[in-house]
Amino acid sequence: MTRGLWAHVLQGIGTTLQLLVYSALLAGAVSFVVGAARTHRSRLVRFVAALYTEVFRGISALVMIFWVFFVLPVAFGWQLVPMWAGTLALGLTYGAYGAEIVRGALRAVDPAQREGGIALGFSPWQRLRLVLLPQAVPEMIPSFSNLLVELLKGTALVSITGMGDLAFSGNLVRLALQQSGQIYTYLLLIYFVIAFLLTRGMRGLERRLKAEVAR
Amino acid sequence: MSVETSKQPAATGTLPTELIRLEGVTKRFGDNTVLDGLDLSVDAGRHVTLIGPSGSGKTTILRLLMTLAKPDEGTITVDGQRLFPAPEKQVREVRKKIGMVFQQFNLFPNMSVLRNLTEAPVRVLGLSKDEAEARARELLDLVGLADKCDARPTRLSGGQQQRVAIARALAMRPRVLLLDEVTSALDPELVAGVLDLLRDIARSTDITMLCVTHEMGFARDISDQVLMFDAGRVIETGPPEKIFGDPEQERTREFISAVL
Amino acid sequence: MTWDWGAVSDFMPFFWKGLVVTLEALALGSLISFALGLVWTLLLRTPTRWVRWPVGVFTEFVRDTPLLVQLFFLFYVLPEAGVTLSPLTTGVLGLGLHYSTYTMQVYRAGIEAVPAGQWEAATALSLPVRRTWAAVILPQAVRRVVPPLGNYVIAMLKDTPMLMTIGVLEMLGRARLVSQQHFQFTEPLTVIGIAFVVVSYLASLLLRTLERRLVR
Repeated sequence: MTRGLWAHVLQGIGTTLQLLVYSALLAGAVSFVVGAARTHRSRLVRFVAALYTEVFRGISALVMIFWVFFVLPVAFGWQLVPMWAGTLALGLTYGAYGAEIVRGALRAVDPAQREGGIALGFSPWQRLRLVLLPQAVPEMIPSFSNLLVELLKGTALVSITGMGDLAFSGNLVRLALQQSGQIYTYLLLIYFVIAFLLTRGMRGLERRLKAEVAR
Repeated sequence: MSVETSKQPAATGTLPTELIRLEGVTKRFGDNTVLDGLDLSVDAGRHVTLIGPSGSGKTTILRLLMTLAKPDEGTITVDGQRLFPAPEKQVREVRKKIGMVFQQFNLFPNMSVLRNLTEAPVRVLGLSKDEAEARARELLDLVGLADKCDARPTRLSGGQQQRVAIARALAMRPRVLLLDEVTSALDPELVAGVLDLLRDIARSTDITMLCVTHEMGFARDISDQVLMFDAGRVIETGPPEKIFGDPEQERTREFISAVL
Repeated sequence: MTWDWGAVSDFMPFFWKGLVVTLEALALGSLISFALGLVWTLLLRTPTRWVRWPVGVFTEFVRDTPLLVQLFFLFYVLPEAGVTLSPLTTGVLGLGLHYSTYTMQVYRAGIEAVPAGQWEAATALSLPVRRTWAAVILPQAVRRVVPPLGNYVIAMLKDTPMLMTIGVLEMLGRARLVSQQHFQFTEPLTVIGIAFVVVSYLASLLLRTLERRLVR
């Protein structure tokens, strides 16, 4: 492989990482908002949040990407920059999975903790922020770690729209060299290394958070 | 069924003021009626103990007062303000006057002992951090745990945790303190310390106490009124000497001889 | 926004064809993943670490890298090595291989969840190893294995559109084909979006019923 081709791959890694960070941030925000909403007192709020998770988990991520890239501009006139379109599609989809993680962890907190919060006069929001979330978050980390790897794998889907991420750079190289074994092996290895670093990082984070609570 | 816990008007002539009033309170869990049209009135400063077999509805009364559960029928009034039925905002206001100590302590494991005591006074009552900390340290001193400020609750023994929980409830300066079988989860040798502390508090403050307990000695010691519950109703009421010494009801006699 | 019901009805015949291909890929992919996952599980229980270690690394590698790139790999690299498969076959193999690294974890968890006392009781009764597996361990593991396997089938359903990229005309592939001919993307894409939500919701209902049956 020539240096020029490697430059494409490097650029692809940059795009993939950028997309990963943005969509992870959006997915994280969606996870907490929708996950907490699923434990809300109001039935309507719970229903809307449940509907969101069912719909966005139900739609395939790739269909969602097509929808954001090709239907939004035509049907609603919203033409998004590819990076934001990708962030939106991935963040909303993977956020629906994350919401289930948040909901599960919140429900796993001992109900006595909620009662302790009520007895001290905390509002529902204060109970969530001061009592429930600090206890639930460390329990979420392993699941979020898995979800982050799924999201990394999901970022490859944007290459189908022509966005120049890591997977897309593979297509360029294949076309240039008329040979594909080498480049796809490299791509898989690069994804694997990124995933490995992500899971390691999350494991460290989990250890730190758990030590914090159990100090 | 009506129960008044007020003593005869004292000779000095100051009328006791009613702090808690339950009227026609019914609570069902499925087909099981735990409380059946209960009327109950507790005057300010009283120490009332609820006794009776398990499942008789004692704990449910505390949980209704703490708004951890809602009655199916009836009204609850605390300090002249409606607690049920009432809009959420008022519930939150009234709830500030009530504190509760739980069987399982329910301390927050994610906060230090000190922060367990300061968090609610700061966030709910709006105290400054310094005020809340001063108050918390004073209370921890009172319960004999001044040296555990920075410890995590999970590092303490059950007895120590329960003393922290008592201090935490007191940090809110409640008018009513609800005590829900506060010694049942403790190892036998730790019970005495917690009961002594509660006795001190009962003697030295004017907090109204509602106490569910199986410790009859403690109940006799601390309370000026004992209510005997059976199947969602109060079947007998009176001063501890009478209930423990010469109960009128056969059911009360049976229960007391069984637990003593 | 404009919505053209005519475009919807034009698309429907292609949609049904695409749905059949999607379900076909899903069924075959599931079967391969169930079987191959079992192979990984058994290999990981062999006594020699010279088998366990490579299998462990390989399966983790497959699980942590994008299915899309794996599909490209199979589709473009296999022919270079002299193996030519149809797009659908390649896609089904890719799905099956990728998801076998998940079903493997399900099997392992199912087996590990059988209490150690069951093994000990079987030993105490001098049951032979094969009998222990067939009569004691597997029947108890199956109940724990079916629900998560079902969830992975649903997850695989949502990954089937990727097969479009290697030329399989499943639902998304048909939608793209039709919309490129008629320059109308909104309707076909919305139809299959709804189809995915409906099918995966129905599948999860089915799975919940099955779960309740198994628990009993």
